[in-house]
Amino acid sequence: MDSEQARHEALGLTADDLLAMYRYMLAARAFDERTMILERQGKIPFTVTGVGHEGAQVGAAWSLRKGIDIVLPYYRDVGVMLVLGMTPYEMMLGEFARAGDPNSGGRQMPKHWGSRRLSVITQSSPVATQIPHAAGLGLAAKLKGEDAIVWVSFGDGAASKGDFHEGVSFAAIHKLPVVFFCENNLYAISVPLERQSPVPNVADRSAAYGIPGVTVDGNDVLEVYRVSLEAGERARRGEGPTLIEARTYRFDPHTTNDDDRKYRSREEIDSWRSQDPILRFSAYLKEHGFLTEEEDLALREEAKATMLEAARAAEAAPEPDGPSALRYVYHEEEGP
Amino acid sequence: MPVKNAIQTIRDTLHQVMADDDRVIIIGQDVGVMGGVFGATAGLAEEFGEHRVIDAPLAESSIVGIAIGAALGGLLPIAEIQFADFIHSAVDQIISEAAKIRYRSNNDFSCPIVIRAPYGAGITGGLYHSQSVEALFFSTPGLKIAVPSTPYDIKGLLRAAIYDPDPVLFFEHKNGHTYRGYKEEVPDVPYTIPFGKAAIRREGEDLTVISYGLMVHYATAAADELAKEGVKAEVIDLRTLLPFDRETILESVCKTGKVLIVHEDNLTGGIGGELAAVIADEAFWHLDAPIKRLASPDIPAMPYAPSLEKHVMLNQEKIYAAMKELAAY
Repeated sequence: MDSEQARHEALGLTADDLLAMYRYMLAARAFDERTMILERQGKIPFTVTGVGHEGAQVGAAWSLRKGIDIVLPYYRDVGVMLVLGMTPYEMMLGEFARAGDPNSGGRQMPKHWGSRRLSVITQSSPVATQIPHAAGLGLAAKLKGEDAIVWVSFGDGAASKGDFHEGVSFAAIHKLPVVFFCENNLYAISVPLERQSPVPNVADRSAAYGIPGVTVDGNDVLEVYRVSLEAGERARRGEGPTLIEARTYRFDPHTTNDDDRKYRSREEIDSWRSQDPILRFSAYLKEHGFLTEEEDLALREEAKATMLEAARAAEAAPEPDGPSALRYVYHEEEGP
Repeated sequence: MPVKNAIQTIRDTLHQVMADDDRVIIIGQDVGVMGGVFGATAGLAEEFGEHRVIDAPLAESSIVGIAIGAALGGLLPIAEIQFADFIHSAVDQIISEAAKIRYRSNNDFSCPIVIRAPYGAGITGGLYHSQSVEALFFSTPGLKIAVPSTPYDIKGLLRAAIYDPDPVLFFEHKNGHTYRGYKEEVPDVPYTIPFGKAAIRREGEDLTVISYGLMVHYATAAADELAKEGVKAEVIDLRTLLPFDRETILESVCKTGKVLIVHEDNLTGGIGGELAAVIADEAFWHLDAPIKRLASPDIPAMPYAPSLEKHVMLNQEKIYAAMKELAAY
């Protein structure tokens, strides 16, 4: 228990920090669960979730400096966006494709993040295209002498694409301040890791670029925070990029349009339940006397209620005007 | 006023813009120490440093992708694709990313990049050093496309492209005539030419020829020849394809009643089809003859043997013949 206690203390995290991180993890889970229900209710046409990734996401995002570091998250990163300051209501506006959706004004599918206000770069659906962008943003930050680092996430599927190789390689050649963060949930939709990669770990590929590669237990929020902090500091010191691979597991289907029973057994999913990052962090907090069972239940209820309320409010918000679909193809001069 | 060819003009324009504006960087294969395979960036790395004129790995998707990222980071990047034929590796970055960044973010982000790419045949370049690729991008709103034909236009359009708030594909015809042989006066002072404004290279009343790039040179020469026979053709150089200048096209067609569209790119799915549709829609009652298109035949790409290339490629004689036939209609 003493060595366990030393973990968060060694990382400089207070009890308040830990509880805040835990609440973000609960919020991410509750948000995803609510959006899944909304889709099943027919209230939204589609969604994609990151259930199981919360430890990886909150641990990594906790290492970033809000509004300074530049973030390119992928479509499961609810936990990242909550930590960076997008509110559940704003995120629900995206789920309902409402006019007020800060990511795209309802133009993109849910969780295709982007917000200049939060230094979150607009994202698309083709995977890995954001990885060269991260290198380019790192190049711009370096040329302008800015203090920012660039943090980019992607799934294990994206690591199979050429843009992954090209982007990481360029960042490594020029020692750019970038952290490459792979949330490896072992499946690219239905294709398992061993059909995508001849080496067991995505981080093994870092050897080809001469940069550190770290495979971390993605369901251990503190460990993800520790390696993310280290990678970020390395980038800030001008020593170049790091490739982090957070090994985790996706408990939900790929999206609401996917039936994962076709490619993985219920037994396999259940075997990962004990590794649920929320369960594990909850146990850690209780072990160290930061959380009681009653408090935990109350926090979970609170998260659920918050998301239900956010969903209700977003559902009532106005849709974008049809004719506005024709705007912003190109730059428009100031006007109505 | 100095007289320059296209390559000198590109190089001098880049030099002028980079000297004035720290935000401008160049990224591409061989653009640095070597100064580009055509010499368009000669001396720039030496002058502005290898941190601003960046020799990229041989990887087109990331050349464009990194330029996009740098633009999102507040720079004004110019990516060079060594030959337009190799742009296909970067299509995802151009079409899925650059073209859609403003739209998909509801105007929260923009992507002010320029992608320079030498294109076109007539250099015995075979299948993969001869292509015209503009039609591939023409149906992608969000992009702009410039295809300048003269040094004067290159300077004005390149500067406009660099300061355009949206992504621009800048296609330069690279054969001996368009890159080096043809010279004209190019003012030293900075100037821009607006996108979507065609140039009338030769005025005439009897028929209209619409073209861009190298074909403008051939069409103008063919029109001069035809003028000796008393037929006066008006030659329009589109200069930019996205957007293209409807007004000038329609005004000319309404005046002449006959129109020939000439492009080096393949016939099917080429720019000419869209131009013909616009003319048919908006100037039908002014037409005295069917709208004619003259383009390269529908083969996958240019063959290497000089005899084959000569057969496939348009030239002054072929354009002259098509003009003469249309004039006689």
